[in-house]
Amino acid sequence: MDTITNGQARRDDPSPQGGPAPQLDLDAVFRESNIGAVLDKLERELIGLEPVKSRIRDIAALLLVDKLRHSLGLSAGAPSLHMSFTGNPGTGKTTVALRMAEILHRLGYVRKGHLIAVTRDDLVGQYIGHTAPKTREVLKRAMGGVLFIDEAYYLYRPENERDYGQEAIEILLQVMENQREDLVVIFAGYKDRMDTFFRSNPGMSSRVAHHIDFPDYTPAELHSIAGLMLEQMQYQLDSEADTTLLEYIERRIKQPHFANARSVRNALDRARLRQASRLFERRGGLLSKEDLVTIKAADIRASRVFAAEKSAGQAENQ
Amino acid sequence: MRLTQGAFSFLPDLTDAQISSQIEYCLKNGWAVSIEYTDDPHPRNTYWEMFGQPMFDIRDAAGIMAELQSCRKTFPQHYIKLNAFDSALGRESLRLSFIVGRPDKEPGFALERTEVGGRNVQYTTRSYAVERPEGERY
Repeated sequence: MDTITNGQARRDDPSPQGGPAPQLDLDAVFRESNIGAVLDKLERELIGLEPVKSRIRDIAALLLVDKLRHSLGLSAGAPSLHMSFTGNPGTGKTTVALRMAEILHRLGYVRKGHLIAVTRDDLVGQYIGHTAPKTREVLKRAMGGVLFIDEAYYLYRPENERDYGQEAIEILLQVMENQREDLVVIFAGYKDRMDTFFRSNPGMSSRVAHHIDFPDYTPAELHSIAGLMLEQMQYQLDSEADTTLLEYIERRIKQPHFANARSVRNALDRARLRQASRLFERRGGLLSKEDLVTIKAADIRASRVFAAEKSAGQAENQ
Repeated sequence: MRLTQGAFSFLPDLTDAQISSQIEYCLKNGWAVSIEYTDDPHPRNTYWEMFGQPMFDIRDAAGIMAELQSCRKTFPQHYIKLNAFDSALGRESLRLSFIVGRPDKEPGFALERTEVGGRNVQYTTRSYAVERPEGERY
């Protein structure tokens, strides 16, 4: 280490004082990479998900420091950045993967920064000899970017020992190991099933450096997510609807098939439907822009989530 | 005799890094790159065999380089070339084509002179390699 820094100093400075190692400006590299903007955007647009954000910041820091080390001729080899995203449906795995591709691209870790999202069907073939070319095709497309394998545990079907999924896994493993600088693979899926998947494929588990768990959202977080979604869709809630929405979310969480942000999006879409038919029913009168963008409490309260509660309440009363 | 066809034919063979940057240039322009091989490199033979499918949706040279390596592995003693196809309206043709693989020994071509009517001579080039059947050349 000493000899390297000394050599560097001498090369830079024609009057050698034998002394100080070159000062490196991490902040300059940070600004130059423009990564700050992406991290801010992440902070702003992704609500909650603290463990995810902190891990992304760690990775960004590692890559920046690696860049500096590289400029001094210190090599650590390309870090393995294959990841696994586990979490319940609608916790933002795909969104974060997209953002991750952008971050890795800004940091110069992947060359193009595109995201190819695939599932088992895109990787595994129908008959003998079909799987390898199919998997290679997908890998070829993903080179220079991020390959996102959704519901990755379907690749491994222990109940059928002649399943072609195993072949796809082997090819993936080989490329993940040998062409680390060409692509990053992200596996995503539900926590328990991904755990089984990794347990039955130890080779896979050890090649995935980052296991990131996406926690469920709290009602308050879901409420602010809904706020962001409405902003993007250019709608607004009146103040009563706002409290109703929070109430809706609290009830919806307790019901089966709750899919976090996705359920919220669906609820908002249905509220938009109801708002449209409400406006349609009182046609004849003139509508203001205000009418077109406002969702009222009644639009949300008409949901079956409230209806179920009511009928359950009635059943109790009877 | 070293075969020269397509672009860069009077340069020494490109290294993999150079091929990779050429591919990068093609992709930057939105051209679809494909790989072809043959063991009948007659200049008039425009129908080389295609290796795999034309790669329309590749974003990075690494994907095509991987395909090229597998082609070289499958056909170590064939001629291999890369084609870049431009699908832009009004162009719709090859923009770039160059040789990226060749056999170790290239026997070259014979020039045949046929005398016809009077003192006229017709010339034909014939590859020595094609004296043997397909698959056994080179």
